[in-house]
Amino acid sequence: MEKIGKYKEWKPDLWRVPSACGLSGFINRDGGLVSGEVIIDSMRVMNERGNGLGGGFAGYGIYPEYADYYAIHIMFESQEGKHACEKLLEDNVVLEKMEEIPKETSERITDPPILWRYFCKPRVEKILECGKSEDDFIVDLVMSINTSVPGSFVFSSGKNMGVFKAVGFAEDVGEFYRLGDYRGHAWIGHTRFPTNTPGWWGGAHPFNILDWSVVHNGEISSYGTNKRYLEMFGYKCTLLTDTEVMAYLFDLLIRKHRLPIEIACAVMAAPFWKDMDSAGEEERRLYESLRAVYGGALVNGPFAVIVGFSRGIIGLNDRIKLRPLVAAEKDEYLYISSEEAAIREICPKPDRVWAPRAGKPVIGMLKDGV
Amino acid sequence: MPDRFLPSEFIVNVDHQRCRRCKRCILNCGFGVFDFQNMTTADSSKCVACHRCVVFCPEEAITITRNPLAFREHASWDVGLRKAIWKQAQSPGMILTGMGNDKPWLNIFDHLLIDACQVTNPSIDPLREPMELRTYLGRKPARLEIEYDSQGKPVLRGAVENNIMINVPIIFSGMSYGSISLNAQRAIAIAAERLGTLMNTGEGGLHEELYPYANHIIVQCASGRFGVHSKYLNAGVAVEIKIGQGAKPGIGGHLPGEKIGREVSGTRMIPQGTDALSPAPHHDIYSIEDLRQLIYALKEATGYKPVSVKIATVHNVAAIASGIARAGADMIYLDGFRGGTGASPAIVRDHVGIPIEIAIAVVDEQLRSEGIRNMVSIIAAGGIRSSADVVKAIALGADAVAIGTAALVAMGCRLCQKCYTGNCSWGIATQRPELTSRLDPDWGAERLVNLVNSWSLEVKEVLGALGINAIESLRGNRDRLRSLGLDPATNEVLGVRPAGM
Repeated sequence: MEKIGKYKEWKPDLWRVPSACGLSGFINRDGGLVSGEVIIDSMRVMNERGNGLGGGFAGYGIYPEYADYYAIHIMFESQEGKHACEKLLEDNVVLEKMEEIPKETSERITDPPILWRYFCKPRVEKILECGKSEDDFIVDLVMSINTSVPGSFVFSSGKNMGVFKAVGFAEDVGEFYRLGDYRGHAWIGHTRFPTNTPGWWGGAHPFNILDWSVVHNGEISSYGTNKRYLEMFGYKCTLLTDTEVMAYLFDLLIRKHRLPIEIACAVMAAPFWKDMDSAGEEERRLYESLRAVYGGALVNGPFAVIVGFSRGIIGLNDRIKLRPLVAAEKDEYLYISSEEAAIREICPKPDRVWAPRAGKPVIGMLKDGV
Repeated sequence: MPDRFLPSEFIVNVDHQRCRRCKRCILNCGFGVFDFQNMTTADSSKCVACHRCVVFCPEEAITITRNPLAFREHASWDVGLRKAIWKQAQSPGMILTGMGNDKPWLNIFDHLLIDACQVTNPSIDPLREPMELRTYLGRKPARLEIEYDSQGKPVLRGAVENNIMINVPIIFSGMSYGSISLNAQRAIAIAAERLGTLMNTGEGGLHEELYPYANHIIVQCASGRFGVHSKYLNAGVAVEIKIGQGAKPGIGGHLPGEKIGREVSGTRMIPQGTDALSPAPHHDIYSIEDLRQLIYALKEATGYKPVSVKIATVHNVAAIASGIARAGADMIYLDGFRGGTGASPAIVRDHVGIPIEIAIAVVDEQLRSEGIRNMVSIIAAGGIRSSADVVKAIALGADAVAIGTAALVAMGCRLCQKCYTGNCSWGIATQRPELTSRLDPDWGAERLVNLVNSWSLEVKEVLGALGINAIESLRGNRDRLRSLGLDPATNEVLGVRPAGM
């Protein structure tokens, strides 16, 4: 497993990989729990959108017995890497439980790395020492492992949620990780069609930081701008794909800068000036300020994303809708997908199906009190 | 020894078969090349190849050629070097010149290639989709605070103060009244207003007539303080402290007394006929904390309008820029070593400073690494020759670019590099009334508007090819540039990978 550091260490065969993809996700807004089998079924009908070189899932509410602990999923290339990484973990966090991530042997998922998960909390003395919030501390720890511990990669770091991803078709990845054994109130899934392949598990979606997970279909033409903007706030883009900047942008805008979700979406898929100029003075001033300040966070180029986080899921298209995204509702369920077929596969008779407009987010939140 | 120890640079030839003896060439030449004795005669030794006569000859009877006179080739002793020695041996002094560095230094812009979309990412058609170039100049907070009011409407807590909105990321650079004519400044002011962008007074004050263009003017405060008074400081949308100029880093300026006529004298607030000498440093700025004092003095004097600090790009430009940002500036105007001038010693123009491409890259990176990039806008100038340069400068990290030479060329300038003589036949770099009157401000403005609109179209076309529909997604997007033929160290400084990687 190679690491990409600063541009000084560029490897020509390991630079950013453009890819096209299929996405699906849903949430039960009442908090009702659903088996991971359901999201696998939804993804199964979209194999045409992948080529077997990457698939993955994120489930929310799946670790209720460890809900207060950060669930850190890590892939290791070797036992030595694992030892080095565990040493770093022990120095920084209190480990409540550590175990191998359960998996099925599969003919179609080959050559897996060592896959472990760690339920933990930051060490109190470390938090006091650095003066940061627990979340920021975990972000730093993840960045530090991913950039400086050879052969170790954190691919999930939220609470009461987990990311499961691999090289393979989505349904095979889901079965490999035995997702049928988990129950969650929200799931998102992804199948990938990279146009060349480093054959690396870390490159599959979802991309995650804390409880933010992003599945993404598109290619970010503003990647260089977004990456350098995020670097100003301490994020390090290491995962060989432009999608991770989406995850970090959501984390920065919503968690760190506390922007409302709709506003964060209006930063990433900004309305056009021509529409703002004719809006009311207050609205115009708001969006003018947003673009002046957050121009580096405007995401340009074709994208459809589904973002999962502890309280809900968000679907968002780029400002001129260059990739498909469909939404549907049925009772307490909100579905978002690249294709209506993927929704109807798991919800044959939705109450409502619609195509979200360019740049307008579809948001499904857990109800208050859930 | 004959007077003409130096051979003429150009040979002026008048085709007497075609010449109808209208004498337009005599009227048009600011350098006194032509005379008339039964027929049109030309003194080639005075010709600077500005083409004014060629353009205005109704019979196309005039041709100008380079003097083909052979010199013994010598790889070390370029003919230019020999001529410089002859000039200085004849009359002692520095060799003066005008416009920007004309030496064949490596031009980095010409070694950068722009990306485009194919298959995996659709390009965007600028004829069918909006393409946004609007840019905000000034200090911005690192973040905004937004809350919902009782009706669930998002409300901004605090706003972005004192930013200047420009419709295109191209402004006009500082060229003073004195170095250029009032008509040239008028043309630029009219164009800035029509384009929704900015002009810059340069260090010569602001003529009363241009006060109506206040919303499109940056007023400059330079080391000579010419024409600086409180009404002037408040006459624009921003104030610029000029520390240095790309064409002459580290040295002052000298506008000879002959150019200080009644109008220039009134505008600059100096006696008619006296030399206008700008000191090399500001004598109230000997260190960064002094700069801070002037920045805040100007802010106090103007009700906190944004303050720009203009510096020539010198070796330590990144650290200097960081200091300027922390000293309270809202904009940093970087003037590269190809920047133009009305007059500069050739040694300084041609050998001092570093290229703007490098300066943009290192300043942008330095400010980002310190997490203070939002505190200032970077305006890049000194060597912006085309819309391709605009795209590359912004991709390297500039917020906007400024054009000076390109604007003058649009108004007729032929880069003859004789601005310091005050004889500009195009009515641009002169104060001679018979010459300045020939530059019609409306004609000049139209050409400037055409130029900037053309470049805007080209920038939009390239953005569309890049799959980008807002200029902010190009800003600092070095990922969409590749270099060709640059050495690894330069690539690293630029933060640009070589083509193929």
